[in-house]
Amino acid sequence: MSDEILLKVTDLRAKVEDKEILKGINLTVRPGEVHAIMGPNGSGKSTLSSVLAGNPAFTVTGGSAEFHGIDLLALSPEDRSHEGLFLSFQYPVEIPGVSMVNFMRAAVNAKREYFNQPQLSAGDFLKLMRQKRAIVELDNKLASRSVNEGFSGGEKKRNEIFQMAVLEPRLSILDETDSGLDIDALRVVAGGVNQLKTSQNATIVITHYQRLLDYIKPDFVHVLYKGRIVRTGGPELALELEEKGYDWLKD
Amino acid sequence: MQNALYQYIELYNANRPVVEARSSEPLNRLRTAALEALETAGRLPAKGDEGFEKTSINDMFAPDFGVNISGVNIPADIASSFRCGVPNLSTLMGVVVNDRFTPTSTLLKNLPAGVTMCSLSEAAGKHPGIVGKWYGSVANLDSPGTALNTLLAQEGVFIHVARGIRLEKALQLVSILSAPSPLAAFRRILLVAEEGAQVSVLKCDHTQEGSKQCLSSEVVEIVALNGSKVEWYDIEESNADTSRYCQVYVAQHEGAQVNLCGSTLTNGTTRNEYSLDINGDNTLSHLSGMAIGSGSQHIDNSSDLRHKASRGHSNQVFKYVLDDNATGAFEGSIEVCHGARFVEAYQSNRNILASSNARMHTKPQLLIYNDDVKCSHGATTGQLDSKALFYMQTRGIPLQQARRMLMQAFMADVINTIELEPLRDRLRHMIERRFDGCQSGCRECK
Repeated sequence: MSDEILLKVTDLRAKVEDKEILKGINLTVRPGEVHAIMGPNGSGKSTLSSVLAGNPAFTVTGGSAEFHGIDLLALSPEDRSHEGLFLSFQYPVEIPGVSMVNFMRAAVNAKREYFNQPQLSAGDFLKLMRQKRAIVELDNKLASRSVNEGFSGGEKKRNEIFQMAVLEPRLSILDETDSGLDIDALRVVAGGVNQLKTSQNATIVITHYQRLLDYIKPDFVHVLYKGRIVRTGGPELALELEEKGYDWLKD
Repeated sequence: MQNALYQYIELYNANRPVVEARSSEPLNRLRTAALEALETAGRLPAKGDEGFEKTSINDMFAPDFGVNISGVNIPADIASSFRCGVPNLSTLMGVVVNDRFTPTSTLLKNLPAGVTMCSLSEAAGKHPGIVGKWYGSVANLDSPGTALNTLLAQEGVFIHVARGIRLEKALQLVSILSAPSPLAAFRRILLVAEEGAQVSVLKCDHTQEGSKQCLSSEVVEIVALNGSKVEWYDIEESNADTSRYCQVYVAQHEGAQVNLCGSTLTNGTTRNEYSLDINGDNTLSHLSGMAIGSGSQHIDNSSDLRHKASRGHSNQVFKYVLDDNATGAFEGSIEVCHGARFVEAYQSNRNILASSNARMHTKPQLLIYNDDVKCSHGATTGQLDSKALFYMQTRGIPLQQARRMLMQAFMADVINTIELEPLRDRLRHMIERRFDGCQSGCRECK
């Protein structure tokens, strides 16, 4: 933990079409921290991750988000990625016809170009892929397949963490990473996330259930309800939610 | 509407001896029937005619084009512009400038026994029986375009593969329009694969730089006899001043396989018609096409596939990506005739409109006069998947690049129908460059 602030979200408001979903979010994340955001369905958890990642389907109507001193909301989604933001999708998108290799090569080289570095050689790229695949035990065969096409639920989630390992983000947002995972896959995915954790980066885990938090230990737990963070606590808050549900917070 | 047909009929009537003198007997023999067919039709198809909803053949032929009936030598800068080599694909190449076929020196040296690729005139002299038997046997004079082509075509290309010969190397035709003044070229190709023969042909259409407005009228006849296999790959990279009307007729006999794939990368106005008669049992037919349109390109593909025999399997895939003010059309029909049992026939047309001004017209049709068949057809027109675009962006891939990658990926299943791997690679590269905004990928072949 440090005094440095990685992400500072202040009174963030956002809408989709004409419906306001985020109604003033405040959140501060420092390097080395793990934050869990929990909340019932429809509370705005996925919207928060989408808005931070720059999904054009949402319109920011107020507030700010500062990412290591940069105005995050002014950046394109790709530049947010280059600056070190990573979103692991709840439903990773299938892209028929684009191979995993080409996809990752484009991603890696786009980031290098952003920082005026030369393109990675074919040999170095393959080495990087091999190295990072091991972290989530991702099958080599998937590399020649189209992105996420025909992947099982578990493979898709592993693939997300694999991409995270390659891109080495400063802040990762894991949106319902546990949904659709059996216990073994959950262990592998959580193990990957824990391996990638350093004192310099941070993670926001968005989840319904406490289950994932047995594997990825949060420092802070926030409860999102109707577009606002209504309660913040330590890991014990997650256990309390598991026991009591969300109803007691709704008042 | 100006009737474009009569300038050509008048030209023919005034110059019949000249037309015939530079041609050969099998071609001359059909001219009277062609003329009668044209006089019966009275005009070329116009926009809105059935089967020609978005493309007027009349307008394509209407400009005051010259026709080089006396065969004045029109140069084309072949060596510098259109070497057209596909890396790792060694081909046997011939060049067609307007309607005139010229073999390359390596072609003459390397054509294996049993394989012929030469001009139709030469073929008429050397193989009069074969040319006489098949020329005009597949093409349909009821089509005014074909009748007009038959009336005025003097030269062309003859490809023949003898019984049982399997040609390993691909044949390549580099086809160039060179028009110092506005010009219409009447082109003809006859391909006969005898029983058990195998051949693949790559045809690349170009327009010589600096050419005036020009038109290619082309009729291709492909005869795939019992147990033969014919692959026909056609890539058009012409320019905005070029009109192309290409009619491909295929007769497929028992056990024969054909694989046809046409790609339009750059062009002006193009109409491609594919007409397949499946006459024998146990056949396999692949027909695919792709079109990449920007500016004011117009690309119209039409397919007409008739299963007249049993146990035929056919698969059609046509894909378009249209940007700017480009327009596209696809009309495809599958007919499963009486008595053609256990036929499987599929057709799909999928299109992406990358701008709000691009337009696509699609009309898939299925006519089934039989039980015991499996058929499907479908058409979709839409935009790039916004979820996929966002996903790619969150991984740092810039929006423009993500769009290009998706457009390329969209074409993947058409490219994958091509059986020559080096050509697949080449085409992928050309498409990549095309989506990058480069007008001619083939120049890079040098």
